Amino acid sequence: MFFKKLLVLGLVTCSFTMYAQDYFPANAGVKSKNENYTVFTNAVIHTTPTETIKKGTLVVQNGRVVSVGKSSKYPANAVVVDLDGKHIYPSFVDIYTNFGIAKPKRAGGSGRASQYDNSREGGYWNDHILSEQNGYDDFEYDSKKATEFINAGFGVVATLQHDGIARGTGALIALNNDGNTANRVMEERLAQYFSFDKSVTSRQAYPSSKMGATALLRQVQHDLDWYEKGNVDTKDMSLEALTRNKTLPQFFEGDGLYDDLRIDKLGDQFGIDYVIVAGGDEYKRIGEVLAMNRKMILPLKFPDAYDMEDPYAAEYVALSDMKHWNQAPTNPKALQDAGVTFALTTFKHKSPKDFKKHLMKAITYGLSKERALEALTTIPAQMVGKSGEIGVLKNGAWANFMITSGEVFEKDTKLFEHWIQGNKNVVKDMTTVNIDGNYAINLNGTTYNLEVKNSTEKAKATLKKGGEEVKSEFAYKQDWATVTFKEAEGKFIRLVARAKADGFNGKAILPDGTEKNFTSTKTAITSSEDKKDKKASDKPLTVMPLTYPNIAFGYETRPKQQDILITNATVWTNEAEGILENADVLIKDGKISAVGKNLSARGAMVVDGTGKHVTSGIIDEHSHIAAFAINESGHNSTAEVRMSDVVNPDDSDIYRNLAGGVTAIQLLHGSANPIGGQSAVMKLKWGAPIDEMVIKDKKFIKFALGENVKQANWNSYSRFPQTRMGVEQVFVDYFTRGKEYEAKKNSGQPYRVDEEMETIVDILNMERLISCHSYVQSEINMTMKVAEQFGFNVNTFTHILEGYKVADKMAKHGVGGSTFSDWWAYKYEVNDAIPYNAAIMHRAGVTVAINSDDGEMSRRLNQEAAKIYKYGGIEEEDAWKMVTLNPAKLLHMDDRAGSLKPGKDGDVVIWSDHPLSIKARAEKTIIEGKVFFDIEKDKELRATVQKEKAQLTAMMLAEKNKGLKTQPARKKEKQRMHCDTEQTIY
Amino acid sequence: MKTLQQLLVAVVFLLGATTNAQQTPAPAQATAYTITGATAHVGDGTVIDNATIVFENGKISTIQSGGSATKGTVINATGKHVYPGFIATNTTLGLVEVGAVRQSNDDDEIGEMIPHVRGIIAYNAESKVVESMRPNGVLMAQIRPVGGTISGASSVVQLDAWNWEDAAYKTDEGIFMDWPRTMRRGRWWLGEEPGYKPNKSYKEDINKIKVFFNNSRAYSKAKGTKNLPFDAMKNVFNGTQKVYISANDQKQILDVIAFAKEMQLTNVVLVGGYQSYKVAEELARANIPVILQRVQGLPSMEDHDYDLPYKLPKLLTDAGVTVALGYDAEYWQVRNLPFYAGQVTQFGLSDEDALKMITLNPAKIMGIASTTGTLAPGKDATLFISDGNALDMRGNNLSRAFIQGRDISLESHQTKLAKRYAEKYGQNE
Repeated sequence: MFFKKLLVLGLVTCSFTMYAQDYFPANAGVKSKNENYTVFTNAVIHTTPTETIKKGTLVVQNGRVVSVGKSSKYPANAVVVDLDGKHIYPSFVDIYTNFGIAKPKRAGGSGRASQYDNSREGGYWNDHILSEQNGYDDFEYDSKKATEFINAGFGVVATLQHDGIARGTGALIALNNDGNTANRVMEERLAQYFSFDKSVTSRQAYPSSKMGATALLRQVQHDLDWYEKGNVDTKDMSLEALTRNKTLPQFFEGDGLYDDLRIDKLGDQFGIDYVIVAGGDEYKRIGEVLAMNRKMILPLKFPDAYDMEDPYAAEYVALSDMKHWNQAPTNPKALQDAGVTFALTTFKHKSPKDFKKHLMKAITYGLSKERALEALTTIPAQMVGKSGEIGVLKNGAWANFMITSGEVFEKDTKLFEHWIQGNKNVVKDMTTVNIDGNYAINLNGTTYNLEVKNSTEKAKATLKKGGEEVKSEFAYKQDWATVTFKEAEGKFIRLVARAKADGFNGKAILPDGTEKNFTSTKTAITSSEDKKDKKASDKPLTVMPLTYPNIAFGYETRPKQQDILITNATVWTNEAEGILENADVLIKDGKISAVGKNLSARGAMVVDGTGKHVTSGIIDEHSHIAAFAINESGHNSTAEVRMSDVVNPDDSDIYRNLAGGVTAIQLLHGSANPIGGQSAVMKLKWGAPIDEMVIKDKKFIKFALGENVKQANWNSYSRFPQTRMGVEQVFVDYFTRGKEYEAKKNSGQPYRVDEEMETIVDILNMERLISCHSYVQSEINMTMKVAEQFGFNVNTFTHILEGYKVADKMAKHGVGGSTFSDWWAYKYEVNDAIPYNAAIMHRAGVTVAINSDDGEMSRRLNQEAAKIYKYGGIEEEDAWKMVTLNPAKLLHMDDRAGSLKPGKDGDVVIWSDHPLSIKARAEKTIIEGKVFFDIEKDKELRATVQKEKAQLTAMMLAEKNKGLKTQPARKKEKQRMHCDTEQTIY
Repeated sequence: MKTLQQLLVAVVFLLGATTNAQQTPAPAQATAYTITGATAHVGDGTVIDNATIVFENGKISTIQSGGSATKGTVINATGKHVYPGFIATNTTLGLVEVGAVRQSNDDDEIGEMIPHVRGIIAYNAESKVVESMRPNGVLMAQIRPVGGTISGASSVVQLDAWNWEDAAYKTDEGIFMDWPRTMRRGRWWLGEEPGYKPNKSYKEDINKIKVFFNNSRAYSKAKGTKNLPFDAMKNVFNGTQKVYISANDQKQILDVIAFAKEMQLTNVVLVGGYQSYKVAEELARANIPVILQRVQGLPSMEDHDYDLPYKLPKLLTDAGVTVALGYDAEYWQVRNLPFYAGQVTQFGLSDEDALKMITLNPAKIMGIASTTGTLAPGKDATLFISDGNALDMRGNNLSRAFIQGRDISLESHQTKLAKRYAEKYGQNE
């Protein structure tokens, strides 16, 4: 180190004050302007993630880069800093923060009664569309927080109000602690933001679910179009803002993989180039993420290991949570390898301080340093339209850069200085002289040996006299070193010296107060190798294999379609042939190819069905498994919401249903509203993408009647309807308006596209069919009459527990009944529910199905069918059809499912016993020629679950052992959803 | 194949013409009955083929294979099956009529330690739910209060009675208690993180129970001012009243075993027992029987075997634990008890072993096995005749049922409605 240079550096203080513009008056002194240059020489300059200049020179003036290059020429009026091989990097950019923006106040009010109307004036009808919000309005520069960002390497951040579904705009802020608003605010309206989460500032009930939020965002786009075309007389500040902000970059925050996919669909429908703020679990289905072809912002908050030391508590940690801990650090690499463009963000970290640890972990798990640097500099800059200005070091760019001891993503690299808009922030004083070494100190003829270690961090020293250690205190602060030690009892000697790398000479103050000079000679440099960081491990842990889905009992490779011949079984055809003994079933190319005797395998896999029963797959007409939400309870009609927006393909109940012989379900909206949401009819293809599970052309919608829709069971008195009388009027109102809407639409006049009315029109035209939750005869009758009045038919009454009281009317109307076998007594309206219901309706000519509405019962619907035989005394074959062919008919999929008929889908179950027997177990469940459940394979999967849990537990114990942070063992809350499930647990 | 018509004709035949209001409880047995030619499923694991069963004055007098001596009314049950009445445990039958209607709910009294609150008092013998049990063979049940830590006292009832006093078979035979949870649920609706986290006050919660037990025991040793809750515990300490403790995870169960030991209780029954298979040997050693949670339930964790609840009874039985199949959810589902027993036969238990879990074992656990629970001379003639295997929906079809020899009705609110509407549509013709 060179003392001279230190002095030069010392003079560089607050290089550029940019407060005063030319046109500002100056009253605090003379008007002065500093046009000097600051020049950094002998630096390794990383101008971009891919370009590095060794021994480069960076010239900065007025907060901007003037030049950067190899040339060592610079103007004469320059203050020069020789960096002596240190590195210069452009500052990081985080474009997704809430820097300086306080969380808004939660709306008050009593908990019970729901608020259905908006509380804001002049904005959109829904309070959660806060597009007129500008983050900048709530912004207050927070220099303490800024320092945290600066110390973590960030020079510029975008900040926004994280509140609402449409969140309005955010601002781009330079973290210039010496500046003021005039130079810090780089962009007041930088970009526009969205999420699925409601604003806390309003208690407006809609949307209460993710599917509602999704539908709302669709409707907003239609309303925007309508507004922009000048069809609205009044002002709508929210829509105005949406128009104004259209040209800005658009960001959409999700909470993981399935939000990503949902956002992508919304973007596709309306041609919006959303950049997705990702959740961190995208690695689970990287192919689907890649197929979105969208840019992403990636948080890096990896979960801590669970504390598994208490084995009993540890049992509550699910394998999927353990795997996520293990696999999450591979997420950045997975996106990188797939070629997804992404920026990184500190969002989700409590403080940017934690960021580097997680980033280093991502790098350990395969994120390349170059991609990491891009993701923190050029890519975020490009995403907010600031390429060339931030995130790079080139002529004209902002002088935002870090001076580091080495390569930025090395563990031991120190960040010395962080310059932002040309203003210096010292993170760690790089002028601190390294005085590590052994010194022989000569004082009054006595030689002491002083060994100094770790002087640039927390200096420590030992003092020896004649080989014996002397107890001493050592301090090294702001270039001055002091040593205090005892010469004799009560007699202290103090040494004080200015630090120099090659030894220091100074003054000794003796016990009697006299001062003496002392000299020292450096004898050796102490090696400082004993700095062991036992916490961070440089090697990635073994990463568990991904499965589809990535939870227990998922498959490492998704089941493949194969030709299958099941031989010599009792075959329940559900066709005119009835039940065939000693028969074969051939599945070919995913379809039933033949049913009969002595079929030839022709290359198909042969399964010996001797002693087994073979049937078509069970179809559950009323299911609420595999969903992230069930009810959108914010309005009394929610025809616009779609269950297909909230399918959860990672629900273990899918596998359990397969183990009960179920191959297809109707995922129904709940029964909170007279007019519910659109169903998703789906095949239970465990591990498949949502789009492969959902059968798109099956269009159904949930309607509901009775206690749930009149909110009789949860003390709610404010929403219409409160009675069955009101329910009728809701229907009449909507269908009347639907007719009017259709007439206007067909008239060629301009009309406002209304997603809800579009659905109602579909219902009126029987292009979307109703499955209506119903209990008592009066309401069943009413619903048929309303439908008849509007010229259409109800397709199915579901639950329909008093169907037996109006079975004749139902048969005449042509509506089917999908009921429970024996549920009753749980509420007032099921008082007259009887287990003979299905049989009576069946005999009256109604197509009857037996459904579950329950994730437990759904996996043994064969037993429920058997109860109809038991109670109602109908033929066993007819009972069996109630869980196979009849629901297929009600779902209008009997052309492809519900029986073993050549040409239909190869959805087949092999049972260990008579399928109506309590002893029957599904041994193989096949969908379209793919074996999705196999009782033998299940045994292997169980072993895998045990093995993986043991492996992961060992890894977590090792983490804790190393002193790494853990989180307490915990169990995910699995919400068992059914019709009445009002609120989804987030 | 039978038809609804035949079924209804049978019902009408059995009841004669009087089919209104709640079913009238049958009068005491006046004449002897002899059932002949049946396959008798004794309830203790054995079967008697071609059985002749004679019962009089409410008690079984003889049961044997073959034999020609008949007495009184002879019922030819050739090709049919006779079972002891099924005994449901851990239910709120008769305490709740319509779940969602608060006015009809009498199962949950306020208070944390209320052993003096007695389930039998609120038992509605005329409940429509109760009468719906009988057609499936469920003829006796344990009635328990719920809620709090010590919820109150349970009783055993027979399910054909005029009033609770009539119904009572064994009054206040046990107290029900919920063991503290090791994991506590995050109150997400208050903004807490959802999911379950370790319960920090677990030990404290256990101590509260210990304090209560210790106080109750101390109280029982001296005379003083009457303290109803403490007083209600005295039969626990003299061993004549059972202590039913609900616990599901391993740690809880081990702590229950330790608690029983520490409190010197020899009459503890574990209820629930989801993870009991992991500590089955400890349970067997401590001689603690288990009333399992409903076996037709879902696994509690996504990574548990899909059939774990189904196979629990087998795992416990193999370890030597006495198991009864209980019910801990909807009271109206209790009529499916026979099918819970059927369900567990998928997993290596014989029909007769499974039957034991809803007959002899619950009778033993509740201390009523000397008078009921199996088909044996001297025991109550609480039994029924089924067309086939009563543990299977395909066979469970009752033609006759007797409680303590009384020839009971198999009709209910539900059969009456069925008949009325079948008639309306001419389905009976």
